[in-house]
Amino acid sequence: MANVMESDEVMTDVGEDELFRMELEHVTREFGGGAFSTKPPIVAVDDVSLTIDESDPKITTIAGESGSGKTTLARLLMGTIRPSSGTMYYRGKDFTKLSRSESWSFRQEVQSIYQDPFGSYNPFYKVDHVLEAPIHHFKLASSRADRRRMIEDALAMVGLQPGDTLGRFPHQLSGGQRQRIMVARAMLIRPKLILADEPVSMVDASLRATILDSIRRLNREVGISVVYITHDLTTALQISDNILVMYRGSVVEAGAVERVILEPKHPYTQLLIESIPQPDPENKWGDEPPSPRFEDFGSMMGCKFADRCPHVMDMCGEAQPPRYQVEAHRQAQCYLYRDEAAPMAAADLASIFQARRAELNV
Amino acid sequence: MAQSVSEYALEVDRLRVYYGTPAGDVKAVDDVSFRIKQGERFALVGESGSGKSTLAMAIMRLTRPPGRIDGGHIYLNGTDLVGMSDAEIRSIRLREMALVPQGAMNSLNPVMRVEDQIIDGIVDHSGNGVASLSRRDMRTRVSELLQRVGLDPSVARLHPHELSGGMKQRVAMAIGISLNPKVIVADEPTSALDVVVQRQIMQTLGRLQEGLDAAILLVGHDMGLVAQFADTIGVMYAGKLVEVGAVRDVFKNPQHPYTKLLIESLPSFNLTQGFVAIPGMQPALLRLPSGCSFNPRCPSVHDRCVREEPAFLPVGEDREVACHLFTEEAA
Repeated sequence: MANVMESDEVMTDVGEDELFRMELEHVTREFGGGAFSTKPPIVAVDDVSLTIDESDPKITTIAGESGSGKTTLARLLMGTIRPSSGTMYYRGKDFTKLSRSESWSFRQEVQSIYQDPFGSYNPFYKVDHVLEAPIHHFKLASSRADRRRMIEDALAMVGLQPGDTLGRFPHQLSGGQRQRIMVARAMLIRPKLILADEPVSMVDASLRATILDSIRRLNREVGISVVYITHDLTTALQISDNILVMYRGSVVEAGAVERVILEPKHPYTQLLIESIPQPDPENKWGDEPPSPRFEDFGSMMGCKFADRCPHVMDMCGEAQPPRYQVEAHRQAQCYLYRDEAAPMAAADLASIFQARRAELNV
Repeated sequence: MAQSVSEYALEVDRLRVYYGTPAGDVKAVDDVSFRIKQGERFALVGESGSGKSTLAMAIMRLTRPPGRIDGGHIYLNGTDLVGMSDAEIRSIRLREMALVPQGAMNSLNPVMRVEDQIIDGIVDHSGNGVASLSRRDMRTRVSELLQRVGLDPSVARLHPHELSGGMKQRVAMAIGISLNPKVIVADEPTSALDVVVQRQIMQTLGRLQEGLDAAILLVGHDMGLVAQFADTIGVMYAGKLVEVGAVRDVFKNPQHPYTKLLIESLPSFNLTQGFVAIPGMQPALLRLPSGCSFNPRCPSVHDRCVREEPAFLPVGEDREVACHLFTEEAA
């Protein structure tokens, strides 16, 4: 709570709710398909409801292949694109009706870390600049000494020595150091939510652990909610509490990360996990899986995985399956579970999320 | 002896590939020897900068200045490629050995239709015989090739930008197999692809290789992929091969300390195991430590490792290792 009070002093008008909360209510985002387009629109995010709440900050993974809509969902949460239908709320207020000061506080409270640790820097400025600019912009420090202290604290949090990093140019640092500075920057702004879009995919394997560990500490020690966007299910299992698996814009399976990854229920999640090349020569892949038959899945009526699914039934092509709550902390959008499970009571995916896992293995 | 040479589809013998720099030669590939039998799948793994791609390019004789082959031999079905003229090499590429490149997205010509790119390769490398085929026969050949790599023949009329990453990699494979090569060099063929597509591509590549009974050299860093795909694994560290053996044996019982750490550091779904990282950093190739290059990071280091470079020697059956743990102290 101390953090909330501190940052509230800086901001004036913080919306209707005292605590940070982002809600997506039946949010759909389409691309293309305008009045003059001959092609149907591509549904990048299809009817997703999700709440991210400061009272219980968790690490949530959004997983999926390229084109699954995971980055579009993250951009919606970041406020850089608007839903085609559905509503977004920030601190209980309709996102499209935010006042100037509310948008300002939103931009402070939601921060992102991107994939390319080089692309986020201006090569002509010393790395100090990316740390000083947000302090100046959001007026976080009262003096130079204060600013220096904040920067050093943030660097210590991600395991960097100020002497090794400050005063240098981006090209003088390793990819891992650059990415950790981005994590330090995100935390400096004291956000409530960090969106980390493939933060370790361009970093050497040996450095991944340290970066993921610093992201985890932001969640566990500072209480920042984290949305971790990745296609790497191994790291998802290691750092997150819950996961959404996306396929062609739909969340096909969601819930407790260890349940979803270790015992996948949706046939797509099963294919995804079975295809991860296990470093075990005794345990090889099965037959080559079928490729998608429909490029234009926007016009598909039923389940979007039906054209590749080994368990496809007639009903799969007719209408999208409901989200069946197959376990206390898991849903799967698949007709295979129609007899054993009831559809989820609430649309909000967070309603079935598990609490923060006690033990994490970074 | 001539017989034993041709038993292998590809034999690399004490190969050295150096890059000349103002600060001296960078020994990217230093005294590397290995052999691949016909029909065998050989995977070369190592961290970035270990020299594995340099080695693959040297085998294709695609080394460009400041790089040069400083010594050694590359025998393709018994014929040494080192010292061959560019014209001779051109007649061998694609016909005898083909490259499936890293990042197919950048290796296709964006302004040419798929079929023209495939035909281009065939005409350029097949000599006079096939080049005289009619346009119609060529088209039939293209359709056939596209089907073999799992693509619809209609893809022939498309441009690269109309294809997904996986489809582009399949087109690159179609070009690679267009003249039925006996050796396929695949340099990280799936590095930018999603896991399901990666699996499909690797399984297609395996099927093609079996159909041609070709030898394949897979270059990569993903140990999972190697475990799934290869028969034999060669581990490179700082320009040298440190261990070669059958994939099953090496994964079960790695001998070189680096291979051991590499296998232990693999991410897994084991919830009780966190990330294990190999301590330290790979040395800069210009400033290699004395003795064994791995000695600053090695948990089993002893004083001999700092003094003397270990030789690459057979250890047990079907295994070669470069490590002092397995060499007798010289008298």
